[in-house]
Parts: sequence; C-alpha cells; structure tokens
Amino acid sequence: MIEHDVVVIGGGPAGLAAAVAARQAGAEDVCIIERDKRLGGILQQCIHNGFGLHIFEEELTGPEYAQRFIDMAQQWCVHSMLDTMVLDITPDRMITVVNNRDGLQAIKAGAVVLAMGCRERSRGALNIPGTRPAGIFTAGTAQRFVNMEGFMPGEQVVVLGSGDIGLIMARRLTLEGADVKMVCEIMPYSSGLKRNIVQCLDDFGIPLRMNHTVTKIHGKERVEGVTVAAVDQNRKPIAGSEEYVPCDTLLLSVGLIPENELSRSAGIQLNPITGGPVVDESMQTSIPGIFACGNVVHVNDLVDNVSTESAIAGKAAAMYASGMLDESKASIKVKAGPGVRYIVPNAINLTRVDDAVTLYFRVDNVYEGAALRVLTDKGILFNIKKKIIVPGEMQHIKLKKSFLTKQGDIRDIIVEVAGEGK
Amino acid sequence: MYDVVVIGAGVAGSCIARELSRYKLSVCLLDKEWDVASGTSKGNSAIVHAGYDAKPDTLQAYLNVKGNELMEQWCAELDVPFKRVGSLVLAFNDDDMYELHKLMEQGQANGVQGLRIIYKDELHAMEPYISDDAVAALYAPTAGIVCPYELTIAAAENAVVNGVDIELGQAVQSIMRESDGFEIVTTEHTIRARYVIDAAGVYADDVASMIGDNSFKITPRKGEYCILDKAKGYLAKHVIFQPPTAMGKGVLVTPTVDGNILVGPNAHDVNDKEDTATTAAGLQEIMDTARKSVPGVSERDVITSFAGLRAVSGSDFVIKASDVDNRFIIVGGICSPGLTSAPAITVMVVGLLYQAGLILDVKADFNPIRKGIPRFREMNEDERRQLIAMNPAFGRVICRCETVTEGEIIEAVNRPIPAVTLDAIKRRARAGMGRCQSGFCTPRVMEIISRERGIPVDGITKKGGRSLVLTGVLQKGDAYDDRT
Repeated sequence: MIEHDVVVIGGGPAGLAAAVAARQAGAEDVCIIERDKRLGGILQQCIHNGFGLHIFEEELTGPEYAQRFIDMAQQWCVHSMLDTMVLDITPDRMITVVNNRDGLQAIKAGAVVLAMGCRERSRGALNIPGTRPAGIFTAGTAQRFVNMEGFMPGEQVVVLGSGDIGLIMARRLTLEGADVKMVCEIMPYSSGLKRNIVQCLDDFGIPLRMNHTVTKIHGKERVEGVTVAAVDQNRKPIAGSEEYVPCDTLLLSVGLIPENELSRSAGIQLNPITGGPVVDESMQTSIPGIFACGNVVHVNDLVDNVSTESAIAGKAAAMYASGMLDESKASIKVKAGPGVRYIVPNAINLTRVDDAVTLYFRVDNVYEGAALRVLTDKGILFNIKKKIIVPGEMQHIKLKKSFLTKQGDIRDIIVEVAGEGK
Repeated sequence: MYDVVVIGAGVAGSCIARELSRYKLSVCLLDKEWDVASGTSKGNSAIVHAGYDAKPDTLQAYLNVKGNELMEQWCAELDVPFKRVGSLVLAFNDDDMYELHKLMEQGQANGVQGLRIIYKDELHAMEPYISDDAVAALYAPTAGIVCPYELTIAAAENAVVNGVDIELGQAVQSIMRESDGFEIVTTEHTIRARYVIDAAGVYADDVASMIGDNSFKITPRKGEYCILDKAKGYLAKHVIFQPPTAMGKGVLVTPTVDGNILVGPNAHDVNDKEDTATTAAGLQEIMDTARKSVPGVSERDVITSFAGLRAVSGSDFVIKASDVDNRFIIVGGICSPGLTSAPAITVMVVGLLYQAGLILDVKADFNPIRKGIPRFREMNEDERRQLIAMNPAFGRVICRCETVTEGEIIEAVNRPIPAVTLDAIKRRARAGMGRCQSGFCTPRVMEIISRERGIPVDGITKKGGRSLVLTGVLQKGDAYDDRT
C-alpha cells in the first residue's frame, strides 16, 4: 500500500493550488492524482487570454496560467500520478486508483483534497426534443476538438446558453471560419461574464438572443437545423415565435455541474443547490480529513478565485495530516438569505481563521441599485451598496476575524440582497 | 446463392440468423442501417414480459410465454445481462382492481406461472418509492429486464461466428421471385437466396409488397422514453406498470440492467417510419404519467431521452409463410412483446422454413457460446486485477461516468461485427452512456477507433452514413493573435 500525507484528486487549477499550498504548509509528501495525461485540467484547452489578472496581475492564457502552477508544483516536489482514475474513496481516506502502468492500487492518505472540477450539462439533461443526429456538442467538448485535437466540430453553428465557454467558443469558431448564427439564452440575463459578451459576441457581430431557447433539433444523420423560440416569464416557449435556423452544429453552454460521484460514494454531505460538498472555512467537508476546493464545490467564473480558495484547502489538509488542525466543531453557520442562491463556506470555526474569511456567493436574479446585507442572528452587521449585481458574476465579501470576534457569541451569519430583482 | 437471407438485423432478424446458424446453411443477415439493433430494437422498454397482457390464443400470448422461458438460456449462452426482477401492475382504484383480476385470469390462461395480487403493505414493502395511492398490484415474478440491443448484438455476433454473413448499410430496393429462389437488389449489390425472412421491422410490409404480398400493413407507433441517472436507481426494483390502455401497456418505470431508471413510453401512431424524434409534449406526458406510479421521478435526473417506433400490425404478430410464395417468411408486426418473444419466434420461423422445404441439417461445430466484452465496472477487485494483468489497457479508464476502460473499447472495435461508430461503441462498451452523455470520452473514443481501424478521426461517424462527428481538420495558417 502507498501512503501520502496529502492526496489531491484532480490536477486542474484547484488541485495544483491545493497541492502547492499543502507543501508550503509543511506536508512533506503530497501527491496529485490526475485522470488526464497531463496536469492543468481544463485550462489546457482554454487558449484564450484573461486568466490571472488577480493573482499574477497580468493576462495569461489558460495553459500559461496552468504552467505557472505546474512549475510551482515541480519546485515544491509535488508528486503526481497521471492518466490515473480514482475509483473509490472511503471515509477513512483509503483511495483506490487504477491506471495502465500499475493496475489497481490502494493509497492511504493522511488528508484528501477533492478537486475533480465539474462537467458540462448535456443535451440529455436539458431534454431538448427532436432527433439524435451527430453535430451536438457541449461547448467544452467542441473546445477540446478545436484547441487540443485540431478538428472543426462544425461550420454553421447555433450556440444554446450564454455560459462563458459558449461565448468563448462562439468567437473561437468564428475565427476558424465557421458561421456562428446566434447565441440563445433562455434567461433574461447571461450567465457569462460581461467582458466575454463584449469581446466574444459584440466584437464579432454575433447576435445574443435573450429569452430564447432551442425547442427542437432537426436532422437524421447530422444536425440540419434547430427550432428557436422565444420564452415567457416561466421560461416556456411562446407559441408562434418559433423560427427554423438551418445549421449543422448545436453547441451547448448551459451550465456546469460539480462532479461529485466520488464524494457521494464516500458519504460526503452535498449542498442540493450547488451539487458540491458542504464545506467550512477550511474547505473541510462533512467528513473530517477530506477537503474540497474549486469547481467541485461550486462553479467559479474566475480561476483566480479557484486558486485562492484551493490554497486554503491545501493548507488545512496539510495541517490535518500532521494533526495540527483544530478539531473543534465550527460554531457559526453561514446561510444564504433572500436573493442569494448559495454561499460558500457553510460554516466558520473562528479558531481556525488566521486573519479573515471570505464568503463567496451568487445572487438569484439581476439586481440594480440594491445592497448586499450581512447580518447575524443578533442583527445587521453592514450593507454594501451595489450598482448592479448579476447571477453570472460571483460575489465575495471578506470578513475580518477581529471584526467577527467583536460580535461576541454569534450562531449565524446570513448574506442577503436588500432590494427588488428585475 | 444463399440458402436464406434475413432482411432486418433487429432482435428478431438477428436471433433468427443465430438460430439458422445451427444448421448447415448459408445465411446472410442484411440491414439498411450501419449497425445491428438500429431500429425498434434499440428504442423500447427492455422488458421481458411475463405474458399476461396478450389475449389468449394469439401468437403474442404463446410466443411471449415461450420466449420468456427461453430467454434465460439465450442470455446465458450469449452473455447478455438478464434479470428476472418481476413486474407489478399497480391499481389505484376499484376499476383498476377489476383490470388486475382480468389480467391475472388472462395470464393464467396464457400459462404464466406465479401470478398473484398483492396488497398495500406487501406492495409498499417491495417498492418503497411508489405512490401512496397504489392500493394493490398484480405481481408477476417471471417478468424481467434485459438489454435489447445487447441481446441483438450478441445474437448477431454469435451468428457471424457460426458462419452467417452480415451486410450492413444497404437497403433492399427490390425482390424478384425466381424459380429457384429470390433475387434481392440492395443499394449496394444483388444477393440471391432460396429463402427470404422478412424481419424488416416497421418496413416489413414494404418489403413484403416487393413480392406482391400486401396482406398486412405496419403502422409505426411512437413511444418516447427518458433515462434517469443511476443515482436514482433506487426508485424502482421491479418493472412498474399502470393498468393497460387500448394503445398499449402504458407508461412504466423500471430499472435497467445497467442500473438506471427507464421511464416511458407513451404511444402515438405516426406516418413517417423514420420519425424517432422526441417531442416536448411527449416527454412531459411520460414524466407526468410516471409520477403517478413513482412520485420521485424528476426531470432533474434525466440524462437522456429517446423515441422508438413499434411495428404495429393489427392486434397480433404476423408470422407466416407468404401466400404469394411460401419460401418468403414474414416476421411482421413485431411490437411488444416482440423482444420477449424473439427466442421463441426463431423456433417458429425455422418450422415455417422446414415446411416450405428447407432441409435442416444440424451442424456439428455450432458454438452457442458467445463471450461478451468484459465489464470492468461490474467487477470486484480480484477480477479487475486479473483483467489488467492480462491486458494493461483494461487499467485505463476512458469513460469516466460509466468506468469503461480502453481495453473494453478496443475489444468493441475488434468484435466479430466491428464497432467503428460512436453509437456502436456506446451500445457495446457503454462509453458515453453515462451522465455526461459522452462529453468527456468522445475525443478519446474517436482516437481509439482511428488507431485501431486506420480511419482518420474526421472520418468517424456517430452512426454511419453521413453522420460525421467532425466537419474537418483545422485550417493551417499563420498563428494569429486574438488579444484585444
């Protein structure tokens, strides 16, 4: 049996940052298990720029950003097992892995960091009616084909969903000579970043149709077209608004789902809203010694946030492995109030907080001129006025430890939106 | 000249071909699609029915009960997953109770063993997630579940190993009757045969009319289905029906042999024999109806949906030697319980061929055993170790959701009927059948097909024909800078 102080499952941005932080925090033997042939995760196919503005204060491409962390991992002598699949994790941190070099192996971990990332919502999950031809891709799969494998997934493209990968791919395929006809978004607002809408659609004259969806797929062998329709307030197609759009490809960018099959089989408690593990301020899950970070917890829009959050997980995992993590129960519950869809972390143990704790959350609607309000079971702490808050952009609020300590014995921290949604 | 040409490589045609391969005969199995099990046989409820639905003294009644009996041996020989999980027809009120008793009597008349009516406590103990409104059920312990395309693939593979030729991707365009047999013109070439089996599914009437037999007509009856994530596999342990209606057995909720939950079908007659498109209304209809049986069925858990066409001809199967020419055997109208009946249909068809003068000499070297592709996902640790020791490719996981290894995909590509399309791989090795619906594994599977068969990656199709997955390679050119 192999033993490691800290085992990190997943070698994408979350896993890399966690592994480096674990080493920096004193764990001697840290190993990343990665199912792909190389480290870096999905960043390796994100060849566009815009990564790293916060952490490195420069604009990097995905592979460049990943390489910075891969280099750090190397400097810190982080081990890695590539092209290796984790089959099982037990609550007492026994990990079963398999690859084609060493076959099945059992690994005992002092602490585990889950960093498996997320997967894309598929056509099936949306249940889009129609035929089942070739030419339907999730945006990420199309991105892999274009940027990693060197193939064109299609020539005449309709994109459903205005998630960031869909927006990026609308531009990417246009640059490669495809005719991207439109991006349809069923909601009245985009789930993508504003800058991506401007740089990927507006700059290329690609129409973004809000309140529109694809109601039917046509074509027996290859996609021949899609029916696009406007939707009402309940997101139901409006009769008579249907339009047939000829195309050979439908790209889906309709949401990401944290990939938690391993977490589930280990018995880790999951948040029904995010689909990711419930975590505390140290990113520890409901099972002591198992931590989680990055998109496996909740889907981030900036990799910089993932790296920051994952460093917390890595450090805490290192401390747990060496028996230095305070094991007292988290005493403060963190709750999503009205207007907030979810919040991470879900609990805070102030004794484990060095300086401050950052709350990450998303709102459930577009709010203009509203305020973010932080309150406790004792009363309102403060309001932050905002010009506009949108679900597509993750919010965060940093709470100083000293400030929280001053509040005395609090049981709950609640974040809510004070104001009316659009 | 072949002794027998079987038109249609669905479950009936493939099983017949396999049965014929027991004898010293030259046999050809033909299909217009690029893989076997590409029509009705891939889009149905995957149920091995007990046999209480069919009216007594019909072919359906006889062949259903007989097929149910034979299924176990067929699946054992062909290494096809089959589970006798039992079925329940729920009753919600007195009218339904009356229906249950009628079904039970009908089943007993058909020779179905072990039928009994169970009441609320026992029922809810057997199925904790069914609706509280269900007051009783007809329990049929002999009903089961099977993978319909795997049975078809297995039968066809076993047929091929035992000497049957298979020709895919060619539609029959005309059939000429001649003194010594038939001349069958396909889109590719001309095949001659002394006997013809018309197992062409929804097209069986069109094929029969090529020799002037217009004695039956097939109406395609569409059924839509949803498949739920394995995480919801606990919702049903048995095949759960509602009382049948004029259009069929109604919407069921059932486990699949792979651990998913299957919901459906509805039943709508359509004109187009290729119309397997799902509809928003239809999917809504089946989910809503299913919730009447199992309230926990939710759109949130759907991983994919599909539609299949039942080949309906009146109220019974049409299995007979054609009145026009008794060397032309019709296997038509094979709607439900066609899958269940398939093993029994083969016996009947061989009988009809014999009556028409075909000499049946048993082959000494017929091998009834077909070994399937190893299923890494279902193995225990020791079995997995052994498999990887034999071939390290079984240690490399390609499809994450279903834990399908490279070794399994390589095997699928190199089976007696090679799988060279994404759908063919999916139906043999399950890569792409999971919750991400092939998002992650598609590029990797294509790489393996390309490597194993020497097909360029951009020449690989989803299901043959013009269903190309990619539209070409990226244009070569100067590196551009897309920074703004």
